[in-house]
Order: sequence, then structure tokens, then C-alpha cells
Amino acid sequence: MKKTLLPPLIPLVGLTLMAEFLVRQGFVRAYLVPAPSAVFRAMVSSRAELAQALASTSAGSLAGFALSAIVGIAIAILLSSSRGVQRAFYPYAIFFQTVPLIAVAPLLVIWFGFGIETVIASAFVASVFPVIANTLSGILSTDPPLRDLFKLYGASPLVTLFKLHLPAALPQVFTGLRVSAGLAVVGAIVGEFIAGGGLGSVVDVARTQQRIDKVFAAVLLASLLGLGLFGLINLLSYLMLRRWHASEQLE
Amino acid sequence: MDLRIKEGEFLAVLGPSGCGKSTLLRMIARLAEPDSGQIRMEPNTMEPNKDRFQTAFVFQDANLLPWRNVLDNAALPLELMGEARARRDERARAALDQVGLREALDRYPAQLSGGMRMRVSMARALVTEPRLLLLDEPFAALDEITRFHLDVQLRELWQRRGMTVIFVTHSVSEAAFLANRAVVLARSGGAIKLDRRLELPAVRNNELRGDPRLGQEMRLLLGAIEE
Repeated sequence: MKKTLLPPLIPLVGLTLMAEFLVRQGFVRAYLVPAPSAVFRAMVSSRAELAQALASTSAGSLAGFALSAIVGIAIAILLSSSRGVQRAFYPYAIFFQTVPLIAVAPLLVIWFGFGIETVIASAFVASVFPVIANTLSGILSTDPPLRDLFKLYGASPLVTLFKLHLPAALPQVFTGLRVSAGLAVVGAIVGEFIAGGGLGSVVDVARTQQRIDKVFAAVLLASLLGLGLFGLINLLSYLMLRRWHASEQLE
Repeated sequence: MDLRIKEGEFLAVLGPSGCGKSTLLRMIARLAEPDSGQIRMEPNTMEPNKDRFQTAFVFQDANLLPWRNVLDNAALPLELMGEARARRDERARAALDQVGLREALDRYPAQLSGGMRMRVSMARALVTEPRLLLLDEPFAALDEITRFHLDVQLRELWQRRGMTVIFVTHSVSEAAFLANRAVVLARSGGAIKLDRRLELPAVRNNELRGDPRLGQEMRLLLGAIEE
């Protein structure tokens, strides 16, 4: 644990100290980049507001992410059910991903109103595709002899799905979830820009007030939220795969 | 191709790669359909009856489910057939015992050697007490010592169980060592170039490996392949 935590801390501390020095000495203007100490002070002085915003963004991101996981895996299962279904619908899944979220967000407000529903929908739209793509590819790359084995013993499609395809796809499902976790937070913040609430609103309002220190504080919290979600998925992946998958085998 | 296989035979199928050995095996297992012609079983060994599935398949690689431990891998066919947990564990233990695995049944495939994985794969095939065992170059990826060991064990299993074995291989020495009858297929079209009853003692162990009679059979098979 020490060996994995310490190395990334060194540049963090170094860069923070350097930023503090550069801003204090006037090399960088404080209204463009605040000193780390100012960000810290903003965090302390607005702690109640920031904590509430963080809670709200967390709820929106988590709900959107959970929806992505459930709906994404379900869509991947449907797509994997036959080549015909896949050919007919997968191109639309890809197309769906290329629609710019920021352009769709106003539509989401029209559909879901100014509230957390829009934030959840935005987080969902941003994060569902990697789950679909990775789960589908995981299911489709199940070893052919293993399919033969299940066929030989007369396993039904449903049994084959739950005892073979889904477990075999699990490492790739987690790959998708890891990517989605970060995207869900991005989607939630975009949703909040338009629908209000959470860290998205804090950033938006602090920006108009020229409170660059507060903007940075909120951005930092949003990043930490994404990191936390990513860590949660990693932990879950480790717990579920450690016994059998090479990617999770520790010495 | 016209090939008749009698019940209780140990048949080796030899031929150059791409001659359709594996396809033949998959067709016998009803995993693939022949383009023309038919495969008949008398009596029908494909129908699952009450307590056993009568055809089993061992693949080129062990092909275990990596998320299941040794015992649960060996018990998989029974689980798919709907056998109750206690009964299938008991039968899986018995099958693992037959291939010499009595310990570490809670290990996962990633923790096993290649030879041990193949033993688990064989136990998984034997667990239903099949009457027909199909093997598709099962030991090709193993080191020679392990392969010799498994050859002897497979032959013993066949003698004890009295099942029909069809063994596809590209190894002339393995075919001659194991089988009672060897069939050599032509490069294409599935024609049979040689169908021979091997004249070797019933008990096959490592002493036979240096026996001139084995060498003689190998020369004959090799001659047919290269012809």
C-alpha cells in the first residue's frame, strides 16, 4: 500500500508548493490561478455550501452511473442475443455516443425539468455507452469451446448467459464501468450547469462573482468525486475478480 | 468417408492439420452438422438419460471456467443437467479421484499447472460417466513428461470404464501408444488412407515406449500420412 500511495504524492506536494510560490511572487496572476492556500481557505469558509453541493452532485452522479450500469448491461445482453439484432441496433448505440452531451442537455431540461432528474439523465447519457460497448465485446469474446461445452450438456440460453457469458465478460464489464464512473461525474456537472444545483451551480455562480478560488475548490471536489467513484469500482473489481483474473492478481 | 466405430473401441484419428479431424469429432458430438451424409449412433448415445449424459468432449486446451474452483469445474456438467449440489459434489470428487486429483480442490485454474488443468478437464468429461469420450488433441500443449503420464492414465481409464474413446491427434507416437485402432485421414475430402488394428499388448505403460513393435506401428502410420 505504501509503495502505491507514496510515489503519486510526491509530484502533488511539489506542484502545490510550486503553484503557491509562483502566485505569491506574482509570476501568475491570482485572479487567473488562485494560490492553493486561497483554494483551501475558500473550501473552509464555504464548507457548508460546498458540502451540500458535493452531496447533491454525488447523488446525481451515482444515480446516473447506477442507471448506466444496469441499462448498459441489459442493452449489451439484448444486442448479444443475435447477430441480426446487433447489426440492426449497434450502429445506433455508436451514433448515440457521438451526439454531444452539451447540446442535448437543454433538451433534458425540457423533458425532466430543473431538478435532479435532469442531472441524473445527463450523467446517464454521458456514461452509458462504455458499459454497452465493453460488456458486449466481453460477451462476444467468450471462448468457442466453452460455448460448445454448454451446448453439449444441453444448457438453455438463459443458463448459458448467467453461468458462462456474464461471468466471462465480467473483467470487461469492469473496464467499461471504470470509464463510465468518470464520465458520470462529467455528465452530472454538465446537467447542473443547465438545470442548477450541486457543484455545477457553485462553479457557474462563483465564476460570475469572480471567485476563482471557489471555482477551483468546486472543481477539485468534483475531481475527487470522480476519483472516489473510480476507486469504488476498482475495489469491487478486485473483490470479485481477485481469485481468478490475471488483472487483479496481487503478489 | 465411411467409418464404423464399435462400442468399447479406442480409436485414434490421425491426419495433417486442416484435414477435418476436429470437425469430424464435433459432428460426432452433434456440435456441428455434416454438409451431407449422416452420423448414426446405435444405441443413441446423444440422448441424456436419467443420471448420465452419454457423450463427453475434451478440448485442445483445458477450457476450464476460471471463476470456478477445481471441484465446481468438474461438477459443471452435472450442474447443467440439474443434479442436486450434494450429489454432484460427491460425483465430481469421485471423477477427480480417478484422474489423480484428491487435494486442493478449492484452487482456481490460474493456480494450477497445465497438466493439472488438463486433469480437471478430463474429470469434467468423466463426471457424467459417458459411454463415448471424444478427445481433440487434448495433451498437445503439455510437456512430454506430463503427456506420457496422462497417456498412461487415459489408457487405464479406458480399460477400467469400458467406454468408447475417439482420440484425435497429430502425434503418431501418441496414436500408436494409446489406441487399438488407428485411422489416417487424407489431406482433404475426408478420405480414409489407412484403417489399422494395432498389434500391441493390451496394457500400455512406459516400458512399451521403447518396444520395437510400437516403432513398427509408428512407421506404418507415418508411411500412410506421408504417402
